[in-house]
Amino acid sequence: MAEHPLIKKLQEKFGDGITGYCLEAIDPWIEVAPEALVDVCRYLKEEPSLQFNMLNCITAVDYYEPDPKKAAKASFEPHLELIYHLWSIPNKRSLVLKVKLPRWKEDQVGQLPEVPSVSGVWRTALWHEREVYDLSGVRFVGHPDLRRILLPEDWEGHPLRKDYQFPVEYHGIRCQ
Amino acid sequence: MSQLQSSQIIELDVRTDEMLVNMGPQHPSTHGVLRLVLRTDGEVVSEVTPHIGYLHRCAEKIGENLTPRQWVPYTDRMDYLAGMNMNLGWSLTVEKLLQLQVTEKCRHLRVMIAELNRIASHLLGLGAYGLDLGTFTPFFYCFREREKILDLFEAACGARLTYSYITVGGVTHDLPPGWLKKCEQFLREFQPVVDELHTLLTTNSIFIRRTAGIGVLPAEMAIDYGCTGPVLRGSGVDHDLRRDGEEFYTQMYDGYAFEVAVMKDGHYPRDHKYPPVPSQAVLGDCWHRFFVRMIEIQQSIDLVWQALDKYSTTKGDVGSPIKLNQKLPKGEAYLETECPRGQMGFMIVSDGNSAIPRRVRARSSSFCNLSVVEELCQGVLIADVPAIIGSLDIVMGEIDR
Repeated sequence: MAEHPLIKKLQEKFGDGITGYCLEAIDPWIEVAPEALVDVCRYLKEEPSLQFNMLNCITAVDYYEPDPKKAAKASFEPHLELIYHLWSIPNKRSLVLKVKLPRWKEDQVGQLPEVPSVSGVWRTALWHEREVYDLSGVRFVGHPDLRRILLPEDWEGHPLRKDYQFPVEYHGIRCQ
Repeated sequence: MSQLQSSQIIELDVRTDEMLVNMGPQHPSTHGVLRLVLRTDGEVVSEVTPHIGYLHRCAEKIGENLTPRQWVPYTDRMDYLAGMNMNLGWSLTVEKLLQLQVTEKCRHLRVMIAELNRIASHLLGLGAYGLDLGTFTPFFYCFREREKILDLFEAACGARLTYSYITVGGVTHDLPPGWLKKCEQFLREFQPVVDELHTLLTTNSIFIRRTAGIGVLPAEMAIDYGCTGPVLRGSGVDHDLRRDGEEFYTQMYDGYAFEVAVMKDGHYPRDHKYPPVPSQAVLGDCWHRFFVRMIEIQQSIDLVWQALDKYSTTKGDVGSPIKLNQKLPKGEAYLETECPRGQMGFMIVSDGNSAIPRRVRARSSSFCNLSVVEELCQGVLIADVPAIIGSLDIVMGEIDR
């Protein structure tokens, strides 16, 4: 509940950029539109009363059910969710931001969804966004060096997608 | 006159070729399988590009197919030098999702085990750091003592490296009879060794010359890159999750007295006698990162003594872990804990009505600590690169997951 004034402030400042929030969750979160993400992040970091100067983690969650029978019963529409965990060292507070993305850009399978990079706000994002790109397949627009980080550069696909197909062979090594 | 000028210009124009040097992935001072590509101009490094991923074992993907308790052994294999702390971080995260509180006795047992593992992990970090810098002796002192802690862990859970002892809802089983006596004996024997290590490393003049003033990491840069743990505190930022973290984690340390190992107002904690800071050392350099670890060893010894006392006087039992296939409620939980190498965060996302989570995530402390080398190693000598990497005390198992 302590988050209420913050949400009000953000809604006044960014209007439609704040698309939702949930205070009842274990970690209360605020949902941000992708276009407003960088401005919201910069504000959260630089506003003297907030000072969220640390980006702890970026997580991508793939909401998708490959099994059609289960998909009919699923309580969600297929989408990707980016979760940003922020921390303020001076105020000892955490904050969770969420960004909802389509699984594929313009519903074209294989076209990675795009979201602006926050690496200009926190440099932690330089490697974290590379990891999310590598494993979950999200293109961070404005990232200076968006390469794969954990997997080899010529790897195909993004393994943390729920519909990922494991390769049969990689450079003559049998994988299955 | 004009001829002289033109010859000067030629002289200034002479340059050595830049060279790309590949360091690793099997280089001993990279602490595992880290590959660095150095662009060097003579002895000076102008650019460092780390390449990671050689130890990637798909831990997060595996976690999407297992129940939380089944995933505990995989956390062991992340930071394999601090398995207990990894188990603890994951267990607390799942407990946060389940809104589960462990018993009072189990809480003290967890503090005791986690702090013992912190000592073991720092001992290895310091010993290996000495090796990186060319001193072999401290390594043996460190390993001799670490071995005793591993013996204690073996007596407690049967394993020496990958424990899976702390698990969701408690620990796998209580301590065997006589364990507390052995632990007390170890702590008594270990105390004088800390002073020996100060003599061997902290006040060793060669060691100081290799580390003081090298790889200075300013506080703002450390925060910007998400550096945590001793790396952050070595830069003078007063932040320790055991005191400042989320309540779900800090309540574990309720009633424990400890001072955060950080330089504040020009001095380190004065609870014990520590050697003075050498005049060459600059806040945020390799020496300070090393010294923070030395102080944390002492701090952990004190915490284990307190935990021993509290554990043996608390009535009740250590509780029992949750069922292997216990259903998870819908929701998501993220929790960071203070591991020896920094803040280790775990996340679990569950759809509800299933024992298997939709997504698990491990935020690695070494991953962020390593990302800073690209900037930290610019313009240093080649010989200082191992000194800087060693002072970050990385574990590749945790970076690559």
